[in-house]
Amino acid sequence: MQSDPALTVSATTVRFGGLTALDDVSLAVRPGTVHGVIGPNGAGKTTLFNVICGFVRPVRGEVLWRGESLRHHRTHDLARLGITRTVQGLGLFAGATVLDNVLVGAHRHRGSSALGTLLGLRGAVRDERRLTERALGVLDELDIARWRDALPGALPYGVRKRVALARALVAEPELLLLDEPASGLSEVEVEELVVLLRGLTDRTAVLLVEHHVDMVMRVCDHITVLDFGRVIADGPPEQVRADERVTEAYLGTAG
Amino acid sequence: MVSQEEIQAAESRAGGIRSGRAPRRAALPPLVRHLLWALLAFAVVVAVSSVVDPFTNVRVATVGYLLLAAAGLTVLTGLTGQVSLGHGAFLFVGAYTVALLVTHVPSLPFWADLLIAAAVSGVAGVLTGAAAARLHGPYLAGATLALAVGLPAITQRFPDFLGGSNGLGFTVNSMPAGLDVPTTRWQAWVVWATVLLGMVVLANITSGRVGREMRAVRDDEVSAALAGIRVGRTKVLAFLVSAVCGGLAGGLQAFLLGTAAPGSFTPALSLTLLAAVVLGGVGSLWGALWGALALVALQAGAEELAHGLSLRTDVANFLPLAIFGVVLIVVVLVLPQGIHGLLRKIPLRRRKDSHVEG
Repeated sequence: MQSDPALTVSATTVRFGGLTALDDVSLAVRPGTVHGVIGPNGAGKTTLFNVICGFVRPVRGEVLWRGESLRHHRTHDLARLGITRTVQGLGLFAGATVLDNVLVGAHRHRGSSALGTLLGLRGAVRDERRLTERALGVLDELDIARWRDALPGALPYGVRKRVALARALVAEPELLLLDEPASGLSEVEVEELVVLLRGLTDRTAVLLVEHHVDMVMRVCDHITVLDFGRVIADGPPEQVRADERVTEAYLGTAG
Repeated sequence: MVSQEEIQAAESRAGGIRSGRAPRRAALPPLVRHLLWALLAFAVVVAVSSVVDPFTNVRVATVGYLLLAAAGLTVLTGLTGQVSLGHGAFLFVGAYTVALLVTHVPSLPFWADLLIAAAVSGVAGVLTGAAAARLHGPYLAGATLALAVGLPAITQRFPDFLGGSNGLGFTVNSMPAGLDVPTTRWQAWVVWATVLLGMVVLANITSGRVGREMRAVRDDEVSAALAGIRVGRTKVLAFLVSAVCGGLAGGLQAFLLGTAAPGSFTPALSLTLLAAVVLGGVGSLWGALWGALALVALQAGAEELAHGLSLRTDVANFLPLAIFGVVLIVVVLVLPQGIHGLLRKIPLRRRKDSHVEG
């Protein structure tokens, strides 16, 4: 557990006009761990993700990926660096099949150039076959291969959610950012998600933002609690669970 | 994860898709498949052009260059969702590039003129695309419309160089010595050979990775960027491809008519091209073919109608456009997926997705 952190958020502050969305937030995600960020509504959880993805620029502080600042990287660089993300609205490509949605996620591993595709060169054809196999593998792993040719709009929410996860996983990231992976899922589906996420730790670190506190407590190795943009607790689940400030933020005056 | 009933319900909604089915058409690589289609199409054109009169051969060739222009527009609008109301501007650039090259650099072979026309309009496309990448929806449509209105007007600004309202007339001697076929037949062959080469490239794009990236950008820019796609670059690439097709189409039109004149590149042309794409079926290369065919057929039908009714010329001139407008409205109301959407439903019901097809 004490390996060097993969992702470090150091002393980061974000303001939207007069509102301080993140206030001097620091956290470190270690390889092979599931790291949860929880907090009441408006605590700054999604803003934290948006800073990591470059959608929001912090006024202070920075995000380090393997010791290198992400300050000068654009959103489209993240996948190449090994960071992928799911978003709350899922953001699936409505006009593309499930397989094509996931193939887009495999973009990181393409070998051929755009020109090769235009001319239909052999390399592009081989590349396409390789990516398709990879995508089908992930579809199988998440048990959604039967819907490979369906459009996302026709599918149940739980399946769509898995498609979004498959699209992020197929890139074989070293850090997977999950924005509320359990929201909208049934209890059974949440159980399956817990098993799935625990099974990912041998290939990627996971940083997730979640409302479902119970699920976070069970799945995470490390939890950071935000309240009003500030870190009020940070540590393993049992330590966070026992923290009085956390109970207060969820049940007490902050509500 | 989901109940069995839910799975079944979703499967029936999604068209009863089963897992483990081998990919369709896996036997042939896309390039080979597209080239075979192109060869077949060329054979049809050669056969048709050999039996029809010269006047009809001009119409056959017209379908060709309109097809390429509409197909390029389909990549732009159907794949990346960028609406261009100014595509006529790229035809204008292509036509005048060919006209100027034929006039001033007669030593160049015609295929080189076409290549240069494609390159010049490609540059115009990249410039337009770079500006357009920051615009969305109606703003982009407005900006491109301005291009279609404004660009042909430069012929008035440089009347000595660009020929003013009369444009530039020229003759191309492209027929190889020893080949003895009527000029219009040869022209139809040249047009369609070029068009089909372009279509092969477009089909490679739509069926492959680049097309998938374009559709991703169209559907959700944020998700596309998170997947590592450079959104701006992809949009500009679509403009480049689209403009090259437009430029080639313009060059072929000039070749066919032996003239490049501003009157051929009015905003009405741009709107008609977009209408042809919608009429045929947005996002499908086949749709571009139906659209181009419909354009030429309606034009021909309207001319005969006007002739039969002995209409005055000023009325007769607008009849095709009016008929086309009515047909477009009816198609959009009755067949929102265009002609290709209708055709796809009839035989075998074999496709369930909304792919852009090669």
